[in-house]
Amino acid sequence: MIVTQTRFRGALLDPTQAVPEGLLDGADQPAGRRFAVYRNNVVVSLTEALQVAFPLVYKLLGAQTFARLAGIYVRAHPPSSPLMMHYGAALPGFLETFEPLAHLGYLADCARLDLALRAAYHAADAPALAPERLQCAPEALVGMSLALHPATRIVRSRWPLYDIWRLNNEADAPKPRAVAQDVLITRPEFDPSPHLLPEGGALWLESLASGQTFGAAHDTALAAVPDFDLAQALTLALQTSALTDDKTKDD
Amino acid sequence: MLDNSPRFDHLPAAPGVGYKPQHFDELRAEPGPVAWLEIHAENYMGDGGRPIAQLRALSEQFAVSVHGVGLSIGGEGPLDPAHLARLKHLVGWLQPASFSEHLAWSTHGAEFLNDLLPLPYTDETLARVADHIDQVQSTLGCQMLLENPSSYLAFAESTWSETDFLSELVRRTGCGLLLDVNNVFVSATNLGLSARDYIDAFPLHAVGEIHVGGHDEETDEHGTPLLIDSHGAPVVDPVWSLLEITLAKSGPRPILVEWDTDVPDWPTLRSEADRAAKALSPVR
Repeated sequence: MIVTQTRFRGALLDPTQAVPEGLLDGADQPAGRRFAVYRNNVVVSLTEALQVAFPLVYKLLGAQTFARLAGIYVRAHPPSSPLMMHYGAALPGFLETFEPLAHLGYLADCARLDLALRAAYHAADAPALAPERLQCAPEALVGMSLALHPATRIVRSRWPLYDIWRLNNEADAPKPRAVAQDVLITRPEFDPSPHLLPEGGALWLESLASGQTFGAAHDTALAAVPDFDLAQALTLALQTSALTDDKTKDD
Repeated sequence: MLDNSPRFDHLPAAPGVGYKPQHFDELRAEPGPVAWLEIHAENYMGDGGRPIAQLRALSEQFAVSVHGVGLSIGGEGPLDPAHLARLKHLVGWLQPASFSEHLAWSTHGAEFLNDLLPLPYTDETLARVADHIDQVQSTLGCQMLLENPSSYLAFAESTWSETDFLSELVRRTGCGLLLDVNNVFVSATNLGLSARDYIDAFPLHAVGEIHVGGHDEETDEHGTPLLIDSHGAPVVDPVWSLLEITLAKSGPRPILVEWDTDVPDWPTLRSEADRAAKALSPVR
């Protein structure tokens, strides 16, 4: 009996399928439990990869619930790449429609925050924008294009996402407020960290990232959020190394 | 067939360890007998940040062996050209002393199954694996080492012994071999074979690196011992003995201590490297 990789794989991810005939133990008997070693390795190793990738989701769910979620997810969404640093990209969308955890409405955004932190960790290195670069005539500043640092990520949420992160990562963090919070993730050196964005800040940074000039991005943010505080958003962006210098054009 | 000069003698015939980021500072300050490090290629394929920065720093102090776990050399489908390109990029900038991969498969269609899955030893598998090794060696421009697997089961359809299969791959492709003596011990126990006979039949002339590591002990439904290659425990005495037997026949080789799960503190891992150094001393 020839055991093709298609047959092997089918039984590997579906424990209700019989162990393929043609697989033997040392006494030439059907492999039985020995096949379960591979079944177990796949699910356990992928569950561990998800646990590393989603520390906030793991903390919120606890080990048992996380393992049950992972057991279902890894069979529904096996990796499409050998780079475990990319595995789990579909988890936020999966959580959006996962009935057993529907009562935790904020969970999908927590997964997005975990993914953003991991992406920032592995992102390319680049110099942060030095504040002195913005010390120029107002007309020049308005026309300037600024790029986001390659490690910078923005997660918009209708949940108090930043407060939820703090509550699970800082001692004596306050209880989450009942507000929507957008989160900025930056990586000044090697360790990414989340920051609470002021209202309109996410749109302002996304406008800069899309190529709008400093002045146009300000106008975009103001149009959506009339009391958008540019000074506050800019200070946060500079202090957290959210911007980079390598694509800066001051014409 | 690759006729470049062998690359596998670039690793020192000394102890090495599998690199774990939590050991970064202590490893550099107090390496003990550790002369080289092995990294899992796939963990260093990001764009930047700490992993790449640490690897650059480590490569100034230690020889580095790049060990792939994701190429699926035994896969029925073609090698993933995107993954080959990532390997070429890593090997290009790092210029490691060695590149190795596994006699196993892990990719099916677009899926990556994140385990080293077993192969039947048939003429068909041999031809396919040889083609894939040729492709890797011509892409990377250097010889690669192929590692013997740890087996939990065998295929009824196999017509080659594992040692003959590996010897034939060496003959056809010019690749070298990575001999994992813990895998030999695990497979021999699980399949009721003799580890000594396996070493006797192994083409030791082609061995560019040796692995030792820990395993877990379980039993199957018949009460027969079933060893699991966990890399999560100290190397057991019978595996150290098998290493000594191997070295007595092969002469000195680079020896890697693998410890990938429940990773211990640096002094514990270093003491395993001390033991590898002790195993090397009689054959120097």
